[in-house]
Amino acid sequence: MHSTKQIIIFVFIMTSVVAVILAGMSTALKPKHELNEAIYAKKAILAAVEKKLEITASELTTEQVINIFDSKIKQDVFDMKGNPVTKDQIIAAGYKGGLAESIDMIKESKKPESERLLPMYTLTDDSGKKTYIFSVIGKGLWDRIWGNIAVEEDLKTVAGVDFDHAGETPGLGAEIKDNAAWKRQFVGKRFVDNDGNITGVGVIKGGAKEPEWQVDGISGATITADGVDEMLARGLGYYGPVIKSLQKS
Amino acid sequence: MADVKVAEKKSTIGFGKAERKLLTDPLDSNNPITVQVLGICSALAVTTGLKNATVMAIAVVAVCAFANLITSLLRNSIPKAVRMIVQLVIIAALVTIVELTLKAVAFDSYKQLSVFIGLIITNCIVMGRLEAFAMANTPYRSLLDGIGNGIGYGIILLAVAFIREFFGKGEIYGFKIIGVGSDYALDTASIGWLSWYSNNGLMVLFPSAMFVIGVLIWIHRGWINKDLVDVS
Repeated sequence: MHSTKQIIIFVFIMTSVVAVILAGMSTALKPKHELNEAIYAKKAILAAVEKKLEITASELTTEQVINIFDSKIKQDVFDMKGNPVTKDQIIAAGYKGGLAESIDMIKESKKPESERLLPMYTLTDDSGKKTYIFSVIGKGLWDRIWGNIAVEEDLKTVAGVDFDHAGETPGLGAEIKDNAAWKRQFVGKRFVDNDGNITGVGVIKGGAKEPEWQVDGISGATITADGVDEMLARGLGYYGPVIKSLQKS
Repeated sequence: MADVKVAEKKSTIGFGKAERKLLTDPLDSNNPITVQVLGICSALAVTTGLKNATVMAIAVVAVCAFANLITSLLRNSIPKAVRMIVQLVIIAALVTIVELTLKAVAFDSYKQLSVFIGLIITNCIVMGRLEAFAMANTPYRSLLDGIGNGIGYGIILLAVAFIREFFGKGEIYGFKIIGVGSDYALDTASIGWLSWYSNNGLMVLFPSAMFVIGVLIWIHRGWINKDLVDVS
């Protein structure tokens, strides 16, 4: 039999050994983890412009992702009034990198609406044509959903979308991420009405009625689809002032 | 360590009938899922696709084998009063190692599985083998037992995932095989006599795993191993 003292010593030594091993491993792998996280986020941005770049974002290597970002993509950050935010201000807001890619959309969504920062990525293709990518975040059925929306140079037409989610049902709500055919529907849709108001792209249960502005919903995932609808209207609406200033320049 | 053991007692390191039984028993007559009915929770959760199921199966084999080995090495020094907590610490540490490794090496799988990797800790199979086997057997035999049980769990996981992915999404390992639409290799809409076929959405949802496992248990007892049925 073990005495109480022996038990305490055994448990103490054991937990210390485990703690040292895990802490060491976590520290050693941290740079690799951070790189993976950053590449994953960048792939999600490139996924919205897959068609423009003629790539499959999920199959890109780390080097290819970094290469495309370095050579073709310009990053900007705006405040809610559409004014550019400088690198120092971004760092002051708590994002060490000071770039659009450093901005944490979840953290932003918790701030009061007027204080949020809006990341924007501008892809310039070989012919000099620009595509703008906006980031949006909203709520699905179970948890958060978010996405990157690529917009044509005319600032009225969607060029491509990519969505992700924290916990939607596989096969139903999770289709917003997994179903490529569903996402392709968004290409060419208009998110601005005839009067110039930003309305988002409607995700309609039972099928789109106005094909210029709407796409079909997902059967069995009405609430997630409504979440996407709401996220697009509100999230793209935030970019209204930015779009206005882009149109002027 | 192992070398010392060989000098002491030859039978502990060999691979005889008894050792083979440790590996093969959990595949059939003592299968963790279909016979012991353990680890059902994760079997429901990660079997929507073969890719996830494969990663999960490998992770469980690794955790089960090493947890058994480490527990067995420590079995004489673990105080009986706190043995459950010690076992839990060992499992939790191994699971964290698996999670950190996956995050560094296979990030996409990590993203899809993250919650369920953590849930290996609560997988009854691992804890059950530590308590029932590793605490009373030599490290080598415990390692074999851990590998056997991990594989026994993994096989059923892959079988369920295959059925669910194929009939639910018409895919195998993410390759589109059968379904409605030109994306699929076999477009059922374009083949007249097969146009009734479409993929079954229920198969993608969790309840279907319950049905599939139930049917697998039935097949296992009714055809593959009739000794399991208590006729009295």
